[in-house]
Amino acid sequence: MLDNEDFVLDTSPRELTQNPLRKIWLPCKNGHILQRRVCMTNCPTLIVTVGLPARGKTYISKKLTRYLNWIGVPTKEFNVGEYRRECVKIYKSFEFFRPDNEEGLKIRRQCAMSALNDVRQYLSVEGGQVAVFDATNTTRERRGTIVKFADQNGFKVFFVESQCEDPDVVAQNIVQVKLGNPDYIHCNTEEAIEDFMKRIKCYESSYQPMDETLDRDLSYIKIMDVGRRYLVNRVLDHVQSRIVYYLMNIHITPRSIYLCRHGESDLNIKGRIGGDSGLSARGKEFARNLRKFLQEQNIKDLKVWTSQMKRTIQTAESLEVPYEQWKSLNEIDAGVCEEMMYEEIQENFPLEFAMRDQDKYRYRYPKGESYEDLVQRLEPVIMELERQENVLVVCHQAVMRCLLAYFLDKSAKELPYLKCPLHTVLKLTPLAYGCKVESVCLNVEAVNTHRDRPENVNVQRSTEDALQTVPAHF
Amino acid sequence: MALTADGSEQKELTQTPLLKIWVPWMGCNLNRRRGSSVPQFCNSPTMIVMVGLPARGKTYISKKLTRYLNWIGVPTKMFNVGQYRREAVKIYKNFEFFKQDNEEAMNIRKACAAAALKDVTAYFTKEQGQVAVFDATNTTCERRAIILNFAKEKGYKVFFVESICEDPEIIAENIKQVKFGSPDYVDRDIEEAMEDFVQRIECYRASYTSIDDDKDRKLSYIKIFDVGSRYLVNQVQDHIQSRIVYYLMNIHVTPRSIYLTRHGESELNLLGRIGGDSGLSPRGQKYANALAIFIKSQNIKDLKVWTSHMKRTIQTAEALGVQYEQWKALNEIDAGVCEELTYEEIQRDFPSEFALRDQDKYRYRYPKGESYEDMVHRLEPVIMELERQENVLVICHQAIMRCLLAYFLDKPGDELPYLRCPLHTTLKLTPVAYGCKVEPFFLNIEAVNTHRERPVK
Repeated sequence: MLDNEDFVLDTSPRELTQNPLRKIWLPCKNGHILQRRVCMTNCPTLIVTVGLPARGKTYISKKLTRYLNWIGVPTKEFNVGEYRRECVKIYKSFEFFRPDNEEGLKIRRQCAMSALNDVRQYLSVEGGQVAVFDATNTTRERRGTIVKFADQNGFKVFFVESQCEDPDVVAQNIVQVKLGNPDYIHCNTEEAIEDFMKRIKCYESSYQPMDETLDRDLSYIKIMDVGRRYLVNRVLDHVQSRIVYYLMNIHITPRSIYLCRHGESDLNIKGRIGGDSGLSARGKEFARNLRKFLQEQNIKDLKVWTSQMKRTIQTAESLEVPYEQWKSLNEIDAGVCEEMMYEEIQENFPLEFAMRDQDKYRYRYPKGESYEDLVQRLEPVIMELERQENVLVVCHQAVMRCLLAYFLDKSAKELPYLKCPLHTVLKLTPLAYGCKVESVCLNVEAVNTHRDRPENVNVQRSTEDALQTVPAHF
Repeated sequence: MALTADGSEQKELTQTPLLKIWVPWMGCNLNRRRGSSVPQFCNSPTMIVMVGLPARGKTYISKKLTRYLNWIGVPTKMFNVGQYRREAVKIYKNFEFFKQDNEEAMNIRKACAAAALKDVTAYFTKEQGQVAVFDATNTTCERRAIILNFAKEKGYKVFFVESICEDPEIIAENIKQVKFGSPDYVDRDIEEAMEDFVQRIECYRASYTSIDDDKDRKLSYIKIFDVGSRYLVNQVQDHIQSRIVYYLMNIHVTPRSIYLTRHGESELNLLGRIGGDSGLSPRGQKYANALAIFIKSQNIKDLKVWTSHMKRTIQTAEALGVQYEQWKALNEIDAGVCEELTYEEIQRDFPSEFALRDQDKYRYRYPKGESYEDMVHRLEPVIMELERQENVLVICHQAIMRCLLAYFLDKPGDELPYLRCPLHTTLKLTPVAYGCKVEPFFLNIEAVNTHRERPVK
């Protein structure tokens, strides 16, 4: 925050220099880059889940963590149940959770404290911005302890409560994620379900849901019946607003998302990047095979999305179904390197080529974009994908890597090297806490466009070293 | 047309010259185009129905929402039943008109609501509208049922927005801000107007039934409590409703000002060249210093400063000597192949492009570049964050500033690209009543003129 006293008139304005990798303009003096006054989201945020067992708290925690990390907000989840499993190696039965089990209560309290300590470490020391504290937190007392902890450490608190009384949803939940849980590895299905239902009962009597009146000064969202209804109270800042928007757009209706690239293009064959060329003969064949594949899949109400580039649209046209063009799905803009071969980039811009290999995620082409920029422009696509059900996205290599990284929780370091070959469709189906991936190669030959990170990324490297991993082309 | 291996015709793609959208060449039969490049916000038309006692901000929300939806490209129109009433009953006497037992008035009011609904139908069927905001109290189950039946018959979706507030200060402020200036109270002094209006509210109160969270659980609605302190959201059906909820949850009524300015004059500006990433000219640097002095003199509390990622806006911000945040989304329009050319060179090298741009400057996309329409799309997160924030200074570029200004001043697509945003002038925007007050500050540093008028047909 600035007072007017902060407005020091600089008669000799600071020089600006452009960071060669990210192409960001930064102030510098005598050649040294000055510490950029970065605008961070003030204080770290602690997201606290609330709810009876089998209400989707861990599902929400993991999904939210994945989303926030993908959009660039360092986030980590802390599941108290896992701390408990560390502490009590063997789970015997629901009796552990009985409200009159003094020893059990003591252990559980210790686990919560231990988790909070790790939260403090993550947010205050390790530079994390959001911590998701995943536990039942069903009593006002427990929540009060957490709020105090947050106040002491300068963290904002945002509660996410999930309330659901639909027995079918709860049962489905238990089947999907509890049966496979380490706690029930040695039980058969019936035993496990019976025990878990009794476990839930242990919490029910002391459950105090977030209250409109008693908790009116807290920031929270109450999710009712898996998203039919939401109560949102006192959203404090940008991050909380984004979290609310995200939580209000996700659903658990079974569906599949199909990701593929356009068919092989004329520029692909020549080993040239970017551009706006049409499909090669093999690319057209892929499009026809794609149509057959989709018909065989018998997908209900499939939506088809493309970019606004000729090659994805040509691919979609062969499907003979309505499709929607998204400019945000356009391939990464390679700026001055558009339509060049890697060999030409090495010849004309060897420094740029080396820097790209040094940090492919953050590297921005001159007058172009970076993967980091792509993620930002793809965020509305991801949001809409969350809202939708069955969708086929016909896009491009870099774009597909970004989308895949979101669904498979890949880090920024891994993202630019994910394998997304031409003529292969990935079918993603949400399963338990993650995503099942089925890779279908539609049996049409295509050039390989994947470039691995070469060993030598030094700007002084030889041409040979630089071109070590460039794929073959015509 | 080429034949494919199995003998079927493969339609070639052609790129539309103005929008640069790839479409299958179907001769003159463009109607059967399968691909849509317009975002599919909603299939059936949607009615947003306001609910709430008088002076709860319904019209404020209606107008703001309408402005936002139109700006993002969803054709939206507001239907204020009060206006229909003022048409029907030329002179407003007093609150007695609104008394529950005033049968004659009741009939008039019912007729006005019906007339408004009729116009809603016309808007959807004849004017290609997508969203209609039905602004009235709609405080009884009965009235809401009539609307629901109407919508069901026609196949329109309904989304209710209820504003609930019992804070007397907020209500009094509301009355002061917008009721005193209302045509109903034009000939009254403040005390009389206040007293009458309070009685008016009481007329509605007895029969007011809030949307029932249990009985109405199948309806789609949002309840806004105490100007945004709390929200209840029920059964969001589709994308547009989700966007509306997100928007409503981000707006606030805390007084504040937004300052919009372009970077100081740049080296390329001096050369008459568009785009690029050049630094400030000496006069541009002077402007940056003058801006610093001006901002200081404005005595602004907790000012946030935003720039683009381009050198000229950052250099301008540097002169302020304060923290600033760089947004790539605030970068100037990408002129593609025309980057760093003068208009004379564009005319010489790309005469047909130049002509197309003048035909429809809003939708025209530069080859390998962007259109104003594309920019609005990428500025939407900026607008959303501006709504969340309080005092902000945005240092940006000509086309960007036009887009942002069009949002605040409710300018349509065909006016937007011709809004005047000269160099070295800061615009101070302050929300007032239902709109925005604009104060221009020319900081007395000369600069080139970069404005191109709409050519005469």
